[in-house]
Amino acid sequence: MNEVNEQIAIDHGLKKEEFNKICDLLKRTPNLTELGIFSAMWNEHCSYKSSRLHLKKLNTKGKKVIQGPGENAGVIDIEDDDAIVFKIESHNHPSFIEPYQGAATGVGGIMRDVFTMGARPIANLNSIHFGSPQHPKTKNLLRGVVKGIGGYGNCMGIPTVGGQTSFDDSYNGNILVNAMTLGLVNKNKIFYSKAAGVNKPVIYVGSKTGRDGIHGASMASAIFDDKIEEKKPTVQVGDPFTEKLLLEACLELMAGKSIISIQDMGAAGLTSSSIEMASKGNLGIELNLNKVPCREEKMTPYEIMLSESQERMLIVLENGKETEAKKIFDKWNLDFAVIGKTTNSKKIELFFDNNKVAEIPINILTENAPIYDRKWKKTKLPQKIKFNKDDFKKFKTAEVLKKILSLPNICSKEWIWQQYDHTVMGDTIQKPGSDSGVIRVHGTNKAVATSVDSSAVYCYAHPLTGGKQVVCESWRNLISCGSRPIAITNCLNFGNPEKEKNMGEFVECVEGINEASKFLDYPVVSGNVSFYNETKDKGIKPTPAIGGVGLIKDYKKMITMDLKKDNNLILVVGKTEGHLDQSIFAINILNEKKGPPPEVNLFNEKNNGETILKLMEEGLINSAHDVSLGGIITALSKMAIKGKKGFKLNKLKVLINKFDYYFGEDQGRYIIEIEGKNLSKVEKILKDNSVHYDDIGLVTKNEIIIDKEPILHIDDLIKSNMSWLKDYIDK
Amino acid sequence: MKSAVIIFPGSNCDRDMDVALKKFGFKNQMIWHNDMEIPKSDLIVLPGGFSYGDYLRCGSIAGKSKIIKSVLEFANSGGLVLGICNGFQILTETGLLPGVLLQNKYQKFICKNVHVKINDKENKYFKNIKKEVLELHIAHNEGNYFCSDDELKSLINNNQIAITYCNENGKEADSYNPNGALSNIAGIFNKNKNILGMMPHPERVIDKSLSSDDGNFFFENLIENFK
Repeated sequence: MNEVNEQIAIDHGLKKEEFNKICDLLKRTPNLTELGIFSAMWNEHCSYKSSRLHLKKLNTKGKKVIQGPGENAGVIDIEDDDAIVFKIESHNHPSFIEPYQGAATGVGGIMRDVFTMGARPIANLNSIHFGSPQHPKTKNLLRGVVKGIGGYGNCMGIPTVGGQTSFDDSYNGNILVNAMTLGLVNKNKIFYSKAAGVNKPVIYVGSKTGRDGIHGASMASAIFDDKIEEKKPTVQVGDPFTEKLLLEACLELMAGKSIISIQDMGAAGLTSSSIEMASKGNLGIELNLNKVPCREEKMTPYEIMLSESQERMLIVLENGKETEAKKIFDKWNLDFAVIGKTTNSKKIELFFDNNKVAEIPINILTENAPIYDRKWKKTKLPQKIKFNKDDFKKFKTAEVLKKILSLPNICSKEWIWQQYDHTVMGDTIQKPGSDSGVIRVHGTNKAVATSVDSSAVYCYAHPLTGGKQVVCESWRNLISCGSRPIAITNCLNFGNPEKEKNMGEFVECVEGINEASKFLDYPVVSGNVSFYNETKDKGIKPTPAIGGVGLIKDYKKMITMDLKKDNNLILVVGKTEGHLDQSIFAINILNEKKGPPPEVNLFNEKNNGETILKLMEEGLINSAHDVSLGGIITALSKMAIKGKKGFKLNKLKVLINKFDYYFGEDQGRYIIEIEGKNLSKVEKILKDNSVHYDDIGLVTKNEIIIDKEPILHIDDLIKSNMSWLKDYIDK
Repeated sequence: MKSAVIIFPGSNCDRDMDVALKKFGFKNQMIWHNDMEIPKSDLIVLPGGFSYGDYLRCGSIAGKSKIIKSVLEFANSGGLVLGICNGFQILTETGLLPGVLLQNKYQKFICKNVHVKINDKENKYFKNIKKEVLELHIAHNEGNYFCSDDELKSLINNNQIAITYCNENGKEADSYNPNGALSNIAGIFNKNKNILGMMPHPERVIDKSLSSDDGNFFFENLIENFK
């Protein structure tokens, strides 16, 4: 029994050389259970073997960083002993196979990462990307994913306050589902996964272990082919009700002093959680698998170790605290079992039916895991397109605007976020559909702003610029609502790292993220990499998703994007050059997909953002919104739609083609609404800080007035913006 | 004024309700579902959430839980019992209120502000309230109220329809009904009007920074009526 050979190792997703390395390190052939453990620990998802070399370079330090990458989630200081724990994680592969459960367990998993650290989750966000709306699978995937995200988060009672949805052909065979959670914790009461002390009881709590999700982590490290439907059994099944109980029970136990370390069982379940705890504490761990609560009969050690059943935690307790701890889990009707102990062997040792069924030195699984310096190819900056401006004459600004507002990637996503409970917990003061979601820090004057962004089109055109841009966009979204950006988490979704082009996209996006993160002092505190988003040789566009968190010291000073008052002035802050390449206008109106993405000038980005914050501190801004996809006029229209107001644009004072000016996607820009009487004060601050601005028009009651074009009513824009998604789903 | 909020496993609006009740002057206590007795209270609240995971049917397992016996005794002796969202579902499951809450007509969870018209002020909940229409908030998947023709007749004849969905001017129409509820019903009383079940969450709209502050009218008025 348990005969293991090279073929079995390859079937487990290991490479031939990796299998040889295992035999060398062990000085013997592993048995099947051990091979399973290796395959779980050494796959891309858990070992970061292709990405580690590059992730090391990331800017992860800062004055506000309490915990950077390497723990269950990152932690930042938001003053007064309060800290925010947050992280984003992918659940792409399972969501494509089984959208409801895949998305739901993605949300459940990321929440566990956060409450494992002692934090009560206070907000969820998500970044979801689907194939072309015309693709036969898209509609059902969208429905299933949205239902799954809502189904889990709503039941947990954690508000979903923000997110992002996009459609692109490149996701036809690989949708992306990235879930992010923020939690609140007292900075002196954070829990970590590092075990300490020998002979401490190892406790299993939560749901029982079943056969679901076996090899989930390996699946996440594989590319899809025609047989993906066969992988359905490897998708985990979520139970948010149990997770809610687990959350309350864990927080109750954490209020005492009995926990040494705690780790959720996520990818690779009991295997990675037990090894992680022992490895960080430089200890060994011994588990008796007969003690693991199982929900199915005759489960083998192999299955128990590799199950990815949800809603489970592993805890190392202080000696003698078992009874006290068990009482809490009994109260919440959850399983509680002492399944082993910490040892000084520095090995993982597994027992089943009184036999030792596995024995592996921990360092072989972790430090000796393969690490690859994969070959990669640089992406050249594409040539700028020479647009023939005479061609633009056939367009009417208002007609183009209406079309852009109704595009799948621009239109209102209300149909989606209305299915998410975004108000439970009673502290949501800016809901989805805004620049950032904002939640109050319960019982204080503070609020936390958070957003998630990605720009696959820019990243595909030029990964280095795209990487920088997405960090900047996150920064702008936080600033737009009056918060000071603190830190980010990233979810790096890429194709096959064994292909030089895809690896190059990864390397350069990371470099771009790093550059912007350093310059803006906006460190990366947590994250996750998802490679192999590829089906039948076709990979996704590089899609790093950036989740940002910022602090508003007095929530009453929060800024929203809705236009407020007739006759207020509208200013564009930041310089407009009219960069059309890779813009929505170029791609969707002109059908021109080539050219470089807009350039990112980090100095201007920082200076403009800091200056906006100054204006806000002085109380000079009535509403603000960052300029992104679709340019100035799209951004302004969204402000108008939110405020149910109109706007009148002045005749352009700059020598730029009108379409370049209104639809160009230059970076580092904001639109602000100010009162006429404050203009001179605002101008002085902008000039003192050398920030370029254009005074472009004013707020009207409900009319949209652009040049001499026929006047539109705001309801026309609302209709354009609100209809597409609903019509698409209903059809 | 003393209130008690019952926590079932899976309740998730219990804290929000606690915050709201205390804000408006109630001395509130949180009661665990496995307790047999409820301390002396003027008002018992069954909060929103997914009690017992809403397995089987929304609110059905909670309707059989240990604490419910005490809730029934309290309610039957005239005590005020308020059920919000999942709490409303539980009240229909126990039989304290007639009818059921079906899945929303459009088969999806809905989270948004709604307007409701107050139909009856001859009761402890809405007596003296200074508004006719409140802007409250809903967040549910099963809020589509349904009952038999006879039950509906009886609800109407006894003025038991507490609040109905409408627009900001109090006009009722299908387009203002978010979930397909029969006769736009958002909340109902029992015959004695000491028990109120409603889908909207007043506890989520209690300050200007939130999506509405009309919950203030509800709670301010409620505590005044106890004095």
